[in-house]
Amino acid sequence: MNIVVCIKQVPDTEAVIKVASDGKSIDTGDIKWVMNPYDEFGVEEALRIVKAQGGEVTVIGAGPARVVEALRTALAMGADKAIHIQDDNLYGADPIAVAKMLAKAIEPLSPDIIFFGQRAVDDDSGVVSSALADLLGLPQLSVVTKLEIADGKAKAVRPIEGQTLVLESPLPVVVTAQKGLNEPRYASLPGIMKAKKKPLEVKTPADLGAERSDFIEIAALNPPPARAPGKTVEGESPAELAANLAKLLKEEAKVI
Amino acid sequence: MAGVWIIAEQRDGEFRKITLEVASAAKKVADGLGTEVTALVLGSGMEGACAALGKYGVAKVLYGDGEAFAAYTTDAYTNACAAIIKDGAPDVLLMGASMQGKDLGGRLAARLDTGIAVDCTALAVEDGKLKATRPMYAGKVYADIFINGSPQIASLRPNVFDIVETGGEAAVESVSADAGEVKAVVAEVQAAEEGKVDLTEATVIVSGGRGMKEADNFKLLEELAGKLGAAVGASRSAVDAGWRSHTDQVGQTGKVVTPNLYIACGISGAIQHLAGMGSSKVIVAINKDPDAPIHTKADYCVVADLFDVVPELTKEI
Ligand SMILES: Cc1cc2nc3c(=O)[nH]c(=O)nc-3n(C[C@H](O)[C@H](O)[C@H](O)COP(=O)(O)OP(=O)(O)OC[C@H]3O[C@@H](n4cnc5c(N)ncnc54)[C@H](O)[C@@H]3O)c2cc1C
Ligand SMILES: Nc1ncnc2c1ncn2[C@@H]1O[C@H](COP(=O)(O)O)[C@@H](O)[C@H]1O
Repeated sequence: MNIVVCIKQVPDTEAVIKVASDGKSIDTGDIKWVMNPYDEFGVEEALRIVKAQGGEVTVIGAGPARVVEALRTALAMGADKAIHIQDDNLYGADPIAVAKMLAKAIEPLSPDIIFFGQRAVDDDSGVVSSALADLLGLPQLSVVTKLEIADGKAKAVRPIEGQTLVLESPLPVVVTAQKGLNEPRYASLPGIMKAKKKPLEVKTPADLGAERSDFIEIAALNPPPARAPGKTVEGESPAELAANLAKLLKEEAKVI
Repeated sequence: MAGVWIIAEQRDGEFRKITLEVASAAKKVADGLGTEVTALVLGSGMEGACAALGKYGVAKVLYGDGEAFAAYTTDAYTNACAAIIKDGAPDVLLMGASMQGKDLGGRLAARLDTGIAVDCTALAVEDGKLKATRPMYAGKVYADIFINGSPQIASLRPNVFDIVETGGEAAVESVSADAGEVKAVVAEVQAAEEGKVDLTEATVIVSGGRGMKEADNFKLLEELAGKLGAAVGASRSAVDAGWRSHTDQVGQTGKVVTPNLYIACGISGAIQHLAGMGSSKVIVAINKDPDAPIHTKADYCVVADLFDVVPELTKEI
């Protein structure tokens, strides 16, 4: 099984996000960068499939030089090799443009499965995967919590609103990972040592013959809409607290 | 034909609530652009249901019929929608940021070689163009976005846009819709528990965290939720402890929800949890620790033991 996992490096979920002086991008000065949490599920699933069925796991990340750290983390978890598409200006790009670039790098590898996170926790889009699937003419299994690969076919569990679907697709296929798929392993110390010697190829968009084409134009980034200050609900006893809360919800907030 | 188009979403032949939200939002955008709303409906034997979309501001429905469209598949819907959209060349294309819309949107944008703004919470028209507002970085910032491609595609977060009744009946026109090659198929549909409302669609959510102490105690929340017609959510701690299923998790690595009322019980309010529920219209925190961060985000703070207050609240409702 030849498996590719796409990895995005994103700000740690605890990070304070500040708008940069241009008003359109974020200030990346103080940010700690990590592998997108959903991509960890993709790496883990790929490693499990290869362990059971043989094959190779290639991880790919596009972005500035720092992205190598996320790729090294995946190699330390057990991936075999990495490709870094180095582009200093890619961070914050239109996901469609990113998909086009990744497609150029992935197509020549002819993978059986391409894993993505169901969304990146920075742009919160979940667009790159399905766009790439379409560009390469592949089927997609999105937001899956269980995956079985057998007889050249993929079977996936996909929870949707009020239902759970079981999807089936031939390989090659694009899969996007949702929490529940597995428990990602941590990189072990020996893993981290080994990762240093694993192949990590650096390519530029020009090497791939990829041209950047953004459709999305961010005109402004603003702080979230302000919320009115909260009220402490008064009451001497639990019953009184509950009665007062119910009254506020009915008469003031009018939500019940 | 041009104008503003929406992709209507149906299940078992009935339009979903998100379709009415998207139609209502589309009507406002169309008014701003001086044009009309066209709904693209794919289904099987649904022609008779289409005219009713007129009530929500849809002037015209393009209906594509076929067995392959009875239930959503990525391939059939992308193939058919892309062909019809190419033909009609709308300026703006809107859909729900539901599970279906999230699956379809990126694929359609790639096929039509244009841009998409997903999970938008506000729309406006500026200088004849769509301006879409969407949360990024888990709601820590909101981006105003223009799309320099055609059509300008945006998907709309469920439960955010009001349903507005403005019109009468829509004109319905049949279009030929070709499902093309369908590779990924639905092999099985497992229905969720009877009457269970999905978190992303619920108007009221009662959520529990580590303060619930054990799985069994969630029955207190189930009882309250039952009275409120609410769905039950959970923090990651409660999910990781095995008390609730992964599909119940609210937060940055769970579901992003926008109910009218979110009641957080025994949840501290970590930044990753707030990321999932911070844009709820009204937030109630029931937490015995007066310094818990959830109290700084809540509209109504109840500083008390949840095991005392929740049963009393259930009685009050
Ligand atoms: C990458 C990453 C992603 C994450 N994603 C998510 C996510 O999607 N969703 C999420 O929720 N978390 C997420 N987290 C975890 C998050 O950081 C917190 O650890 C988690 O939200 C805490 O859950 P909690 O509030 O239930 O537990 P705690 O923080 O332990 O809080 C329990 C609260 O219950 C209160 N309490 C206890 N007993 C009672 C009682 N009897 N009555 C009233 N109050 C009581 C306590 O005062 C306390 O405030 C993520 C973390 C990381 C690193
Ligand atoms: N720059 C990138 N390099 C590699 N993979 C990416 C990149 N951006 C996004 N992805 C992949 O696409 C998924 C969804 O990202 P997004 O569409 O931006 O939310 C991520 O979880 C990654 O798997």
